[in-house]
Amino acid sequence: MTTFQTSVRVQPAGVDTPSLWARLRTNRNWVALWFMLPAAAFLILFLAYPLGLGVWMSFTDERIGRRGIFIGLENYQWLWDDSIFWLSVFNTLLYTIVASAIKFAIGLYLALLLNRHMPFKAMIRSIVLIPFIVPTVLSAIAFWWIYDSQFSIISWSLIKLGLIDHNINFLGDSSWARGSVIFANIWRGVPFVAITLLAGLQTVSPSLYEAATLDGATNWQRFRFITYPLLTPIIAVVMTFSVLFTFTDFQLIWALTRGGPVNATHLMATLSYQRGIISGRLGEGAAIATAMIPFLVAAIAISWFGMQRRKWQQGSNND
Amino acid sequence: MSSVQIREVRKSFGGFEVLHGVSIPIEDGAFVVLVGPSGCGKSTLLRMLAGLENITSGTISIGDRVVNNVQPKERDIAMVFQNYALYPHMTVADNMGFSLKLRGASADEISKGVKRAAEILALTPLLDRYPRQLSGGQRQRVAMGRAIVRDPQVFLFDEPLSNLDAKLRVAMRTEIKELHQRLKTTTVYVTHDQIEAMTMADKIVVMHDGIVEQIGSPLELYDRPDNVFVASFIGSPAMNFLKGRVTVNGSASFEGPNGVKLPLKSAPANSDGRPVVFGVRPEHFTIADDGAEAEIIVVEPTGSETQVFAKLGGEQVVAVFRERHQFNPGDRIRLKPDPSVVHLFDEATGKRL
Repeated sequence: MTTFQTSVRVQPAGVDTPSLWARLRTNRNWVALWFMLPAAAFLILFLAYPLGLGVWMSFTDERIGRRGIFIGLENYQWLWDDSIFWLSVFNTLLYTIVASAIKFAIGLYLALLLNRHMPFKAMIRSIVLIPFIVPTVLSAIAFWWIYDSQFSIISWSLIKLGLIDHNINFLGDSSWARGSVIFANIWRGVPFVAITLLAGLQTVSPSLYEAATLDGATNWQRFRFITYPLLTPIIAVVMTFSVLFTFTDFQLIWALTRGGPVNATHLMATLSYQRGIISGRLGEGAAIATAMIPFLVAAIAISWFGMQRRKWQQGSNND
Repeated sequence: MSSVQIREVRKSFGGFEVLHGVSIPIEDGAFVVLVGPSGCGKSTLLRMLAGLENITSGTISIGDRVVNNVQPKERDIAMVFQNYALYPHMTVADNMGFSLKLRGASADEISKGVKRAAEILALTPLLDRYPRQLSGGQRQRVAMGRAIVRDPQVFLFDEPLSNLDAKLRVAMRTEIKELHQRLKTTTVYVTHDQIEAMTMADKIVVMHDGIVEQIGSPLELYDRPDNVFVASFIGSPAMNFLKGRVTVNGSASFEGPNGVKLPLKSAPANSDGRPVVFGVRPEHFTIADDGAEAEIIVVEPTGSETQVFAKLGGEQVVAVFRERHQFNPGDRIRLKPDPSVVHLFDEATGKRL
């Protein structure tokens, strides 16, 4: 047997303490900081800084090509009395609420349908995703043709069927235009909701449905008492995202209507772009954009406090 | 409470038949255990009884009613699932009261029913908890409580103890049996664990590859297995099997591999020279001077008894002794099976002779 020499040196106190650099390199807390730094720097540079700059700009009268000076809340006072701004707020809320509600309803229905056993399940699931994959501008252009005042395939079909006798002015009439952009947004947004909810549905154990069946639940009761409550956390997440995306939508509107006719489809995002970039009044555009923040925070707060944290999800899971 | 009759039931998935005509009579109030290796069709049969799977052919009746085309919820049965299937978003009380709520019972009735079941299962202090906050054994009890609340005709258990640790499993085994003795509700219990079957059942149904191998009380199955499969499946450590022939000259005996000769009480008629499988349970070996010579391989003391693995005529056998012999690997001992309790099976068909 050989005796092993222990290589641990007992250090006398106060002698030979590691240098500051060595401690910064090896201390667990500092190491964690070093690892987070690149990501943090990235976020600060490309997210926090532009956001802060935007908010700051909303308090100035900056224009393109001219440095602004601080003017306090003047931009906001100006907007307060601006009926077009309020129309855009109304449009945005209408657009978000109607589109999100319908996206949720259709998405949930599709998810329930796709969760059943059916032939070609995998293929149908991928087909459902197509509207989500197509670049927004591309689908907007397609919708632009579908909604065209002269060559619309919808008008053409309805005329051929004898249901109407002249073309519908989809994007020229304010009610039709609102309906049309909402429809296009729904078409684009449903797959995201459907596929995410489907993923949620698949985490629900089939034996829960079997147990409920034996307990005497009808189809509707199984949905009402089992599926829906178990799905609420996922619904909360997916609807928060859906509302945020819809509220800040820009591409689809800009490609289809540019806010027209007579501002009937102007959302806050498009109005901000028009005022800030096209008209060059950066301060005012920034103020409109900043005005969106309270709405978005409210949407997140509702979802976070209202739905996401459920009591039954807490506690250990010792399976 | 009700009797259950399973008659000539078949089940196919696509073109693949998994149950080949199964008939099981279940008396009112009986505790019947379906036992068999995985894939034998026992769980499928239970799910057909519950109405979760269609019946391809044959009939199942509960009471006097054929239930082939009766909806699960109309069958008046309650089932305990292997993973308990507790509703994670409902408290223990809501879980147990869910079926009453769906039935449209008043809040008063529900709380009374839940309270009664909770008292039976000692769940009263846990009624406001969620399933996630319970231990495995507590969840198991809630699952049973959910079944009890409904006061059904038949209880179905689908491997309810397989997710529990060994110690808890033994405790729950006793608890379920005691519960049955108290409630006397007809119970069909599926398991792959023969010890569960032996300890709990009034009647065991041994299934294998979609057929019923034998139906009988635990001790009937243990003492008089119909065939080699039942003999090997029931009992732990398992029965020893030796292949050989019956010889009848003077006294009947069994001639095993490498000239091993073991005595028989009597030989079946016209069986001289017949190829058979000789079966002997580990505890039916004794040490005797006129026994067959065997060489010890491994000795496993369990405290109450000692398991001895030995080579007998080149075949490995296991013997169990309650006495504490001083055995060591490599020792030569003389093993003698008790001729009054040995089993003979036909070598070709595996049937008992």
